[in-house]
This record gives sequence, structure tokens and C-alpha cells, in this order.
Amino acid sequence: MADFPDVRLHVVTGKGGTGKTTVAAALGLALASGGRRVLLVEVEGRQSFAQLFDTPPLPYEERKVAVAPGGGEVYVLSVDPEDALLDYLHMFYKLSPTGVGARALRRMGAIEFATTIAPGLRDVLLTGKVKEAVVRRGAGTTGPRGRAGSDGHTYDAVVLDAPPTGRIARFLNISSEIGGLAKVGPLKTQSDGVMAVFRSPQTAVHLVTLLEEMPVQETIDGAAELASVGLPVGAVVVNAVRAPLLSPLALRDAEAGTLDRSALVAGLEKSGLDAPDPLVDALLAETADHATRVALEERGRDTLAALERPSYELPLLPDAVDLSSLYELARLLQAQGIA
Amino acid sequence: MSTRPGPAPVRFDVDAVLDRASILVCTGSGGVGKTTTAAALALRAAERGRRTVVLTIDPARRLAQSMGLSELDNTPRRVEGIDPANGGSLDAMMLDMKRTFDEIVVTHAEPGKAEAILGNPFYQALSSSFAGTQEYMAMEKLGQLQATGDHDLVVVDTPPTRSALDFLDAPERLTTFLDGRMIRILLTPAKAGGKAYLRVLSGSITLFTNVITKIIGAQVLQDVSQFIAALETMFGGFRERAQGTYDLLKAPGTAFVVVAAPERDALREAAYFVERLAQESMPLAGLVVNRVHRSGGAGLTAERSVAAAQSLEEAGGHDLAAAVLRLHADRVALAARERRLQERFSGAHPRVPVVEVAAQPGDVHDLDGLRAVGEDLAGGQAAAVPA
Repeated sequence: MADFPDVRLHVVTGKGGTGKTTVAAALGLALASGGRRVLLVEVEGRQSFAQLFDTPPLPYEERKVAVAPGGGEVYVLSVDPEDALLDYLHMFYKLSPTGVGARALRRMGAIEFATTIAPGLRDVLLTGKVKEAVVRRGAGTTGPRGRAGSDGHTYDAVVLDAPPTGRIARFLNISSEIGGLAKVGPLKTQSDGVMAVFRSPQTAVHLVTLLEEMPVQETIDGAAELASVGLPVGAVVVNAVRAPLLSPLALRDAEAGTLDRSALVAGLEKSGLDAPDPLVDALLAETADHATRVALEERGRDTLAALERPSYELPLLPDAVDLSSLYELARLLQAQGIA
Repeated sequence: MSTRPGPAPVRFDVDAVLDRASILVCTGSGGVGKTTTAAALALRAAERGRRTVVLTIDPARRLAQSMGLSELDNTPRRVEGIDPANGGSLDAMMLDMKRTFDEIVVTHAEPGKAEAILGNPFYQALSSSFAGTQEYMAMEKLGQLQATGDHDLVVVDTPPTRSALDFLDAPERLTTFLDGRMIRILLTPAKAGGKAYLRVLSGSITLFTNVITKIIGAQVLQDVSQFIAALETMFGGFRERAQGTYDLLKAPGTAFVVVAAPERDALREAAYFVERLAQESMPLAGLVVNRVHRSGGAGLTAERSVAAAQSLEEAGGHDLAAAVLRLHADRVALAARERRLQERFSGAHPRVPVVEVAAQPGDVHDLDGLRAVGEDLAGGQAAAVPA
């Protein structure tokens, strides 16, 4: 049984460098497994999903990028604020995105200006697009055609690769940002609609972290900040976890510098390797390093446990992430019950 | 591991830069250890005898505490515990973006107008959350610190932007925004008073104004145009300051240090930044590659190490040696991957001096830790100036 059966919007955040985009992509694949349809959304225009799924840069439209195990489909949308604004004008004011008006606005730089003068406007447009994808039903004019998802929604789930932990609460809590600027009007209505979805049980904000001091601290702070503005914290995904190779006893000895040197030398010789002192010294130093790191990781785990959220771990990959490792990460997430 | 390794990159002589530069800008993408590098460079410069100040943007709590920074107060504070033998000193401060912006307004606005600007809701949003304000204010503060003449060297850590390039573009974006033609279009109604202006504007501008009013609401637009009207007298000041800072970045005595981790994305950002600096004729001192994994036992290859571990695991009885060999294999493989990524960077940018800093098992959060990073940056030398 999946741990988040009612969640339709999975927001993935994390400190820079923790691999949140990779986790978002793997989560998308995991959620799509078994014939479901998932949309991955990125809002920072980095084309990271295109790179991960090994496809050319994606235009502003929902494109299928992968097939999940068991026949599911993964779509990607790369949202750009300018396009989102034109989209919004099209939906609410019938301004054709390719017409003279839209072209004039683009040429004048008006769109950049509009998304700049109200700092919250940019986030409202981006999150508005996400919300629209979450609530959309049937086959829309964009994106997948044909049958709707299992419960009538176009997508069974939407996964948002969100801004980093330090900015996530502000990014999602658009109503307060807008509140200071627009007390009435369409922008206010729009942001209220978005907030209603974000604060509902169909949304979960997952925090990706490494077992290092700063990312763990940011995760704790981020979770507190999200909770303080009424946004639902979902899971903690611990990325790049090292496999435990040494017994707890050996780890303690390694950290203390009291590993059994003669046992190591005997083992090396048994395996047919020479065991000159410099090599043995280097191996002991590497092991001590590892033990220090494992101890820090353990402390990080304890700190994270205080959040009392479901937690999933993904291994440190020996090489850069490619398509096949993405499927492996998805399988691991699924096996741990996130999807 | 490549069969034809390129020429080794030039070694980045960090001490030579620390001894001569008057401004050092540390830049790089988020999460690569930029703040720690900036602090370590500043500490080392101070202990080599220079009166140094480090401007940090968003330090980790414990790193800030180690430098005695407990609050965001925009004032350089003396860091205690440095070695004063060479006559240097270290001050540190954290940037208060909003306060810095407020100070510019107070300095440049006409008497009586400053309060109207500071109280304007739109200004409050702009000064605390406009994407780019932080970068702009970091540059502004850099200029201010340099102008006081209290220090020989200003080390500045740049904000944690998505892309290292944002930092160079932000001041330009903000001034263009505050100075642009859109602003003047919006200004017109405030001056004409009322909606009569609509008649004289061309069709597309009318459309724009209508649309923008519809989207953001008339109140926002009014706040903006009032803000702009009040700010009008400051435009000259803004433009001049931004230009001044930009010039400062190109001046002799300024050096950029690009910080990266030995990972694909971080090195790609570093490459973009190196190319951009060259385009702008801004002086690059070198690349710092943080968190590099090394192995003292690299003579034992990953392949042989794994094979030996396997044979022990099959035979049984030597768990410790098998685990140690597996760890070693992972470490050597990681070191090789990092080296390949670095070789790719240096192949494309052969003239960029490079220095590596070894990965530490834990985070740095005291002066001794910073000092050790500084020694690593300088190729293992203690800070003392050679006689």
C-alpha cells in the first residue's frame, strides 16, 4: 500500500546539491508504475528533466518522455513565467498567444515587466499552472489526449520539482505574498484557488536531503517553515546514502583509530595482495574517514527522525545518473512504499 | 585514466592573489562550499598580514557563530582568535539586503520623499523579494566597504543563485527595470492624473495597461506608479551606482575566484562563468575545486581491490579486510571520476589556474577548520609570510 494514497500533487524540494530533481523524476516514474499517468513539472527553466530523460530541450507543452514499468506514462512540462502569463491571458481574457496582441506584449518586454513588478505574480503564474494540471479533468487541449486518468483526472499525479528548501515556503505560500499587493481582483482570486489545493490533503511537500549537517538543518528548518504556513509536509527522502560495509564495532574502532591492523594485513595477504606499510596506512586512513562520515550520517538520521515523517533512503550512485539508474531509483522508492 | 591526459592545469597560486588583490569575489553555483571558501580565504589573508573584511550572504549558523556573527546587522565585526603576528586583522559581516536598499533610498531621495518610498507596499516587496535585489545589494555593499578604505582586502561571497551568472546580470536587470520604458509608460498616468492618458497612448500600450490592470489589480498599479514617481529623482543615482560597482569589478586589484565541486553540473556552471568573465573583461584569478576525494593508496586499483575483496568474501573469515578493500575501490573509482570531470574542464579552459581542496568528512565550523581549508587552498603551506 502506498503511503500517500490521497496525494495528487507531490512537491519535491531540497537544498541545492541534494539531488531533488533526480528524486522528483524517480518519484514520477514510481507513481506512474502500473499504468498510471504522471506529469512532472519544472518551474526554473533549467531543462533538467530533458537531460535526465535524455530528450532534446522541451518546449512549453506537456510531452511524454518515458514509459513506466507496467505501462504507465510520464509527461514533462517545463514552465516559463512568460509563457505561463500568455497562457493565463489566453484562458481568462481570450488573448491568443500567437496573435498580434501577444506579439506586441512580448516585443515591448511587457511580459517580463509584468512578471517583475509584482514579485509574487511570477510565483502565482507558475503555481497556477501546476494547480491547473492537478485539477484538470478529461483530455485537455494540451498534453495527453484520449482517455482520462483512472478517476477522471487528466493526470493521476503531478510531481513538481520546486525551488530549493530555503525558498519553498515563500514560493508555495503565494497568498501571503500576493496579500500584501493585491487585496482583491483576479490575481487574488487566482492565488486563493491555488492555496486551497496546496493546503488540502491532496498535496504533500517532500524534502530531499543528504545526511550532512547543512542539508539536514535546512530540512528541519524547511519543514518547520512549511508547517507554520499550513502547508502539508510529506516525506523525507534521504539521498546518496552509503552502503554500510563495516560492522558497528569496526566502525567504532576505525573512528577511534584502533582498527586491527594485523587482521587487515593478514586479509590483504590472504587475497594475494602485497601489504606494504604505506598502503595499509592509506587504507586505514580511508576507513577512518568513512567511519567519521557514517557517524555524522547517523547523527543526521537521528535529527531527521524528530520530524516524525515517513522517510525513504536512496543509495549513493557510483556514476552520474542516467536513464537506467533513474528506473532503479524509482523501483527503490516504490519498494519503500512512497508510491 | 585517459590514455592521453592533457597538460596539467596551471596551479592556482592563492597566496599571491591574497597578498595583492583589493577585492576578491567568490562565485559559483549553490551547494559547492562557496561561503566556506570565502571565509577561509579571508582568514588566510588576515593571517598573512592584510586588514581583511569578509562579506557573507547566508552562512550556515555554526560557521557564522565561529566568526562571531550572531546577527544580521550590516556592520563589519571584528573576528576574534586570528593570529595577529603579521599585522593583519579580520572583520566579518552578514548582508542585510533590505537595510542596504533602504540606505540607498535615504541617501539619494529628495528630502521628504524617502519616507513615501520606504512606506510604499510595492517598494517593500521589491526590496525584500525581487529576484536580483540580493545580488544588487551585495555589490552595493561591496562598493561601500571598499570606499571606506578601512581594509586592504574585501572578500565577498555571492548569493546562492541558481546560476552563477545571475549574479553578474542582476544589477543590470534591476536598473533596467527601474529605469526602463515600461516604467515611463506607467508613470504617465500618475502625472496626468486619471485615465485621460489612455487616449494618447498607442493601441498596444493601452492593451498592455489594461491587461496589467486586470491581472494585478488597479491598486498594485497605483502603488507601482506612486513608487516610481517618488523614485524618479533617484534614477540617476541608481544608474550611477550600478555603473560604479560594475567598473569596480573590472578595476585592477579585483580578482574573481570561481568555486566548484568535482561534479558535472557544478563544473558546467563554472565553465559558463569563466567564459562570461572573459567576455566582460573581468579578471579571473582561478578555480577552486572543493570536496575532492583523494586516495593515498591509488597504486591499488579499484579493479584489483574489488577482485581481492571478492576472493576474501568467497573464502570467508576476513570480513574487515574485505570491507576495507570495497571502501577503497569505491574511493579510487570516485577519485577517478572526479579527475575525469576536471580534465574535461581543464581541456576546454587550459589557462584557468586550478587548486583542489580535499573533501572533509564533516562540515567546517570553526577557525581551525577554516585555517586548514586555507592551507589546502595554498597547497599545504602554513599562512606565515615567508621571510
